[in-house]
Amino acid sequence: MLIIKKLTKYFAKNSPHETLALENFNLRIGKGDFITIIGSNGAGKSTLLNLIAGTFQQDKGEIRLSGEMISNLPEYRRARWIGRVFQNPLLGTAPYMTIEENLSLSLKREKRGLRLGINKNLRNFFREKLSELNLGLEDNISKKVGLLSGGQRQAMTMLMATMFKPKVLLLDEHTAALDPESSKKILKLTQNLVIERQGDLITLMVTHNMKQALEVGDRTVMMDRGRNIFDIQGEERKKISVDDLVKQFSILGNRKDNYIEDRMVLI
Amino acid sequence: MSISLFLHALEQGFVFGIMVLGVFITYKILDFPDLTVEGSFPLGAAVAAKVIASGGDPLWGTFLSMIAASLAGLFTGLLHTKLKLTNLLSGILTMTLLYSVNLRIMGKPNIPLLGKITLLGKIKDYFPNLSMDYLIPFFFLFIVVILKFIIDYFLSTEIGLTIIATGDNEQMIKSLGVNTDFTKIIGLCLSNALVGLSGALFAQYSGFADVNMGLGTVVSGLACVIIGISIIKIPTIFWRTIAVLLGSLVYRLIMIIALRYGYSLGFKPGDLKLISVLLVIIALSVPFIKRKLNFAERYNLGRKDLQNNDGKEV
Ligand SMILES: Nc1ncnc2c1ncn2[C@@H]1O[C@H](COP(=O)(O)OP(=O)(O)OP(=O)(O)O)[C@@H](O)[C@H]1O
Ligand SMILES: [Mg+2]
Repeated sequence: MLIIKKLTKYFAKNSPHETLALENFNLRIGKGDFITIIGSNGAGKSTLLNLIAGTFQQDKGEIRLSGEMISNLPEYRRARWIGRVFQNPLLGTAPYMTIEENLSLSLKREKRGLRLGINKNLRNFFREKLSELNLGLEDNISKKVGLLSGGQRQAMTMLMATMFKPKVLLLDEHTAALDPESSKKILKLTQNLVIERQGDLITLMVTHNMKQALEVGDRTVMMDRGRNIFDIQGEERKKISVDDLVKQFSILGNRKDNYIEDRMVLI
Repeated sequence: MSISLFLHALEQGFVFGIMVLGVFITYKILDFPDLTVEGSFPLGAAVAAKVIASGGDPLWGTFLSMIAASLAGLFTGLLHTKLKLTNLLSGILTMTLLYSVNLRIMGKPNIPLLGKITLLGKIKDYFPNLSMDYLIPFFFLFIVVILKFIIDYFLSTEIGLTIIATGDNEQMIKSLGVNTDFTKIIGLCLSNALVGLSGALFAQYSGFADVNMGLGTVVSGLACVIIGISIIKIPTIFWRTIAVLLGSLVYRLIMIIALRYGYSLGFKPGDLKLISVLLVIIALSVPFIKRKLNFAERYNLGRKDLQNNDGKEV
């Protein structure tokens, strides 16, 4: 269970640029749930994931994972439960380190010591895992990651985010920066990796693709101006169409105090 | 060139090579330009000289100098990670503070070690038949090789990999469960311990410690690292530590030749610092100029392009 209660986050608090990125945000996620999150630019989706991971500290509210309060732990202490993939494929891997070194770094997320980071057993394990990606990376495990393509790096990041059996998987538009072909592959990989965990993993996936949002996962949350405004699952979700979702978006868009348009005017 | 000139270059290349390994760890591995070394080099010299001059065991003095210098690294690390000062400012503060500390330790600006029992003298007792001319470079080579392998091993351990990753993609390694304050501090302590050891050995080799002997350590360290890495380009740790040591040799050779034969060109010893700065500027600008010339590479994503607003709080 991941329980998010009254989560609030300001940026540049008490300054002329103060932004309320997340406001009294509530969400309860059961074990095995795969949630897709949609919402316009600036809705607070990335902020939500960053707060769960501990990259940022909330101003108010709390986050509990399997009953344990994690919202006051630093990011590095939460990493043992949380796997992440970012939109930018360059963010998830260390370019000047080799494929096997990157994998080694992500496998053991606490109590690292003076043992060698890579040994024969680990290397075989990495080869096996890499071969499941079908990208031929298993034959190049001492290649620097910076030499790989964006799609290959994103696939590696996916592997790194799941290989250590996390409790939570956070995906922030992780297919958005890829070409359609790689994007499809990564999405397929995501689904396979989640299925592999047999309902033992909580997944949050941010996407701007409405079709994807409804097809993948089993619950969809829409965010607007830092709030959870729409949350559907089960039969209700099966019935809803992409058109309905788009309509929902345009209702938000026609609002008097239109946030998006305000922003456009300002730009 | 005479053989003795060459032996001098070896001696100095190796003894300063220990310092270069330290600079390599901060500058290249951690991506942390650490100015502390400007103070921790003479700190190492001061501590060792103080112990030796008062009749203490030189081995003990040398060991203490490493401890003292690693504390200097710790101090810089705390300024940077806890008080959030920039890496440059943290180093400058520690380096300046160390000037006073070093004077305090020594009690005077200069401690001569002539006639005292140094580490080199002790080694000589074991090999009475070997001339100092050969003993010294071999001794320094021995130490630097051992340190090289220790560093290579350390950087391939679980903790070592997280230190490399801290310099490569800090945001990533934080999200993989690493406290980067800790890795930075470890790197700084290790680096400065090496620099302090280098200072301690150099003092015993040259027969004195002086508060001003750290002047230019940063630049010469950088020069060695950059020269070395531009000669050997194999990007594994094993080869990179060899590269920087080779860089150290080449650099000392250039310096010794400049000092020896530069007179006829009008150089003075005081110009050495200028020469080393020019070396750094040239070495740093070569890849840049190459890139300017190479059109295709302009669009290459370099390391500094990796920053992105995700995960970085303004
Ligand atoms: N690091 C930051 N510093 C200051 N303001 C920020 C920062 N990150 C986000 N914000 C602000 O917080 C609000 C929410 O941003 P967030 O990145 O969470 O939106 P998002 O839903 O992920 O949007 P997008 O779909 O464009 O990725 C925005 O108004 C944004 O300008
Ligand atoms: Mg976002």
